[in-house]
Amino acid sequence: MRILWGFLSGLVFGLGLVISGMANPAKVLNFLDLAGSWDPSLAFVMGGAMLTAFIGYRLVWRRRAPVLEPTFDLPKNRAIDRPLLVGAALFGIGWGIGGFCPGPAFTALPLLAPGTLIFLPAMLAGLWLGARVKAGGYLQGKGMTS
Amino acid sequence: MNMGIETAFTPWASLFGGMLIGLSAVMVMGLFGRIAGISGIAQGAMGLPGAAKDRDWRWAFLAGLVVAPLGIVAFGGTVQQVVSDNFAGMALAGLLVGFGTALGSGCTSGHGVCGLARLSGRSFAAVAAFMATGFATVFVLRHILGGA
Repeated sequence: MRILWGFLSGLVFGLGLVISGMANPAKVLNFLDLAGSWDPSLAFVMGGAMLTAFIGYRLVWRRRAPVLEPTFDLPKNRAIDRPLLVGAALFGIGWGIGGFCPGPAFTALPLLAPGTLIFLPAMLAGLWLGARVKAGGYLQGKGMTS
Repeated sequence: MNMGIETAFTPWASLFGGMLIGLSAVMVMGLFGRIAGISGIAQGAMGLPGAAKDRDWRWAFLAGLVVAPLGIVAFGGTVQQVVSDNFAGMALAGLLVGFGTALGSGCTSGHGVCGLARLSGRSFAAVAAFMATGFATVFVLRHILGGA
């Protein structure tokens, strides 16, 4: 059951990425190009996704526990710290260069574009490296807390 | 990269696709009690340090992501995509996206969709940061260096 539902969740996510245009780097880069060939479509993707999740989460949280796990497991960290901001800033630079964020990079894989075949392994290497740096706490510092 | 290729404004398809993405996030919350962040799911699937230990459904989720465009093609649809073939650029982009989302604990889905839907302060800060550098990077590449 876990495998089946995991697969179906991923399938719905991937269909959403393709239908919305988010899986097309040209569209993503045009969204980010305010001063040029701007395409505001992605604001509708984010809006539709966020609103659906905002309402759906609140319905789901009325349950005592999720269907296939004993507890809801939500992030507990509240600190707006250096790893969060440095990481997000670096991610944005990569997103602006390639037009891929992690979901679309997976969804693009079966289309076998040469750029995707370079991007995806590099991204997995980056995840590996980033997870190690974060676990090592090298950037922790005091940061800003809120 | 991808200098100024016009893409059509698709508000309805984008809104509908976005709602599917939101539905998937609700499914993952309702079924597994987890945030549907792709960078986090990938880290969990890879068994990286600090990531969650439940790897089974994460692999299945990633398989679903990869199968989705094939399903659309199988039912007669088309998948529009223009990917840069600047290899050095794409390698650098991939490294930055992977490293940044691991360090920053999330990406467009985890912070952008799920985090904002939870009204997480960390996610608002992360989205502001990656949107700002995303806009700035495209501006520099296309309008300062590229002259497009």
